[in-house]
Amino acid sequence: MSNAIPMRELKVGEKAKVVAITAIGELGRRIRDMGLVPGAALEVVGRAPLKDPVALRLTGFTLSLRNNEADYIAVERV
Amino acid sequence: MSKEIKVALAGNPNSGKTTAFNAITGARQHVGNYPGITVDKKEGFTSVGENKIHLIDLPGTYSLTAYTMEEIVARNVVADQRPDVVIDVLNAGALERNLYLAIQLMEMGAPLVLALNMMDEANKQGMKIDLAKLSELLNVPVVETVARTGDGIPSLMEATVKCAAENQGKKWEPLSISYGPDLDPALDKLIALIEENNVLTDRYPARWTAIKYLESDDEIIQLGREMHPVSAELEEIVKDVSKHLESTLATYPEAVIADYRYGFITSIIRQGVVTRLDATADRVALSDKIDRVVTHRFLGPLIMFGIMYLIYQITFTFSEIPVGWFENFFGWLGGIADANMSEGLLKSLIVSGVIDGVGGVMGFVPLIMFMFLQIALLEDSGYMARVAYMLDRVFRFFGLHGCSVMPFIVSGGIAGGCAVPGVMAARTLRSPKEKLATLITAPFMACGAKLPVFLLFVGIFFKEHQAMVMFLLTMVAWACALIVSKILRNTVIKGESTPFVMELPPYRFPTMRGLFIHTWERTWQYIKKAGTVILAISILIWAAMTFPNLPADQVAAFDAQKTVVQEQIDSANASGAPAAELEEKLAMIENDEAEATLKNSYAGSIGVALEPVMRPAGFDWRTNIALVGGFAAKEVIVSTLGTAYSLGDVDPEDAAPLAERIAQDPNWTPSTAIAFLLFVLLYAPCFVTVVAIKQEAGSWKWALFSVVFNTGLAYIVAVAVVQIGKLL
Repeated sequence: MSNAIPMRELKVGEKAKVVAITAIGELGRRIRDMGLVPGAALEVVGRAPLKDPVALRLTGFTLSLRNNEADYIAVERV
Repeated sequence: MSKEIKVALAGNPNSGKTTAFNAITGARQHVGNYPGITVDKKEGFTSVGENKIHLIDLPGTYSLTAYTMEEIVARNVVADQRPDVVIDVLNAGALERNLYLAIQLMEMGAPLVLALNMMDEANKQGMKIDLAKLSELLNVPVVETVARTGDGIPSLMEATVKCAAENQGKKWEPLSISYGPDLDPALDKLIALIEENNVLTDRYPARWTAIKYLESDDEIIQLGREMHPVSAELEEIVKDVSKHLESTLATYPEAVIADYRYGFITSIIRQGVVTRLDATADRVALSDKIDRVVTHRFLGPLIMFGIMYLIYQITFTFSEIPVGWFENFFGWLGGIADANMSEGLLKSLIVSGVIDGVGGVMGFVPLIMFMFLQIALLEDSGYMARVAYMLDRVFRFFGLHGCSVMPFIVSGGIAGGCAVPGVMAARTLRSPKEKLATLITAPFMACGAKLPVFLLFVGIFFKEHQAMVMFLLTMVAWACALIVSKILRNTVIKGESTPFVMELPPYRFPTMRGLFIHTWERTWQYIKKAGTVILAISILIWAAMTFPNLPADQVAAFDAQKTVVQEQIDSANASGAPAAELEEKLAMIENDEAEATLKNSYAGSIGVALEPVMRPAGFDWRTNIALVGGFAAKEVIVSTLGTAYSLGDVDPEDAAPLAERIAQDPNWTPSTAIAFLLFVLLYAPCFVTVVAIKQEAGSWKWALFSVVFNTGLAYIVAVAVVQIGKLL
């Protein structure tokens, strides 16, 4: 598990697996509600014109979140 | 005997729930709001064989926490109205996440029927779902549907009726899943206490309440505190287990619960429920490809501005003809009233108060309809979410949210909107703070009612650069809205920004029916405004400008003058001499009389009383009356100016005679004209918008704030312009 990095470091086109969510409260709840839980596979599919927010592809749907929110998600490249 | 079956329709946003609702109920639906809050409430009726079905559309949610208004509404309807069946519409293509809501509904114990929607697309993606197995493992009926085509809807309704019959009179059986070695013992303790003391057990299953305590659900904990002293003990148990989790696993109960729920879902899916054969032919992957162009760093913003420009063009080009029809109709109606009624107060009321007032507003209906149609198109196709995605970074800088774009655009960010539906569009914003900032600044936009004022004055003072000045006014509106929200978010509406964790729905072709329903709902809101509030306001303003009548001696003096001139005309006519000059003189006297009458009226008195305050901004009493009237509805400004310049009925679209009068009035200089334009752009939202703000913000406090603050700002800007203009 030592390969965990903050999600912000992923580049467009990279695939990863969620290792941990450190967000609490509203943000944590929202992230989990959307299916970003440990073990979930994702791919960074794009960034908005100003580099932020970022678009993520999960199984069957696409999600967007801001970079400072991505900081609460630790991932592992796959 | 047929019985009415109460069915609630639940589901994630973007799962096709609305389409399913329309497919089930057909045209027989009713749209409103849940009492006290602005979450849409849709109800519809249908029948299956002998059974009448009463379908309640729950707001689209991902979860049943107390985080958003939608979620609270959804779970309260299930808990309090106790539907006979809850249908959960799932997007089959994203089954895992969609089951998250289903699990929570099952934990509440509601008799559930799952509608696996968009099965055609899931199949195309190479996804196979074993419905029988899923149904067996979850122990709920599962039906395959394609709501867009209506496939599977009849069998869904059959399953619903069957489920209702089987569960009739039975107690709800909540699903109980394990939350692991840390939480389960705490959960047992909580359940025992809750059952012993009957905490909320009339509404929720004890286990569900216990889970909510562990999830630190504000609403339930608050209710518990009000209900029962044992709540302190419950909270203590939660605190202990939280502390334990934090020290041993660096996590907290809510996270553990979510993880176990997803674990439960995964364990079911893995038992051969879903097989994914080929992930390449994925529709979402196609959306990703479109996004590569549409949200591209350089192309994305270009396309976005292009689309907005196109909306503007299409709206104005295509609405021109039907707007003409409306105008002709009201002109014709006014003509009939004018011809068939005897002179007097009643005629004046009907023609000037009712027909002109309401007609002025109704004239915009086609325009509003075209705009809403296009916005519905952008929303239903999934593009609006991309706009929010692209603009979030910019908007966040100003203390807003990507989703604030919508209310701004509808309010007149593309000139010609209306702040009433714009303010209502702010409903999609979840953060109360960003929503407030949006509510207060959205009325700055150049709405359709301000346009006639702009057209009139720009036509007089900036003949050479009309389009440019109009464009600049729209830009000023945006700049003011953004800067003011930045200021507000750093002062009176301070607070963190809301998460932008948002689904980017796949692009899809909107259904005609969906477009029609969305467009009509909003247009109807506008028509209702015209028919009720504007009507009342028009009458009020008419009265304020008519009463009190001119004192009898002054009327007599004007009459005497008129009689003299009329006699001269008569004798000129008799002798064949030219009478044109005399007739002009008569008209002048009549104008003077009208002006004196207006100045003497209540509205006139207010206008005169405001003169000392408004003089620094360069406005005289006539302008003041128009602006006061404009608070009622901005449409009134031009017609009030018309009356104030004693021209009787002025057609806002063809304001040439008024324009001449204004152009000749030495009181109007380019700088006072600019001050006036900016004042109209920025000052208090119209009365209907204020009511809408009250509704969305939840209190009169913020509605009043918008009136005072916006007017104050407009005043400062107008005074600054005039004073600077004097120095130059």
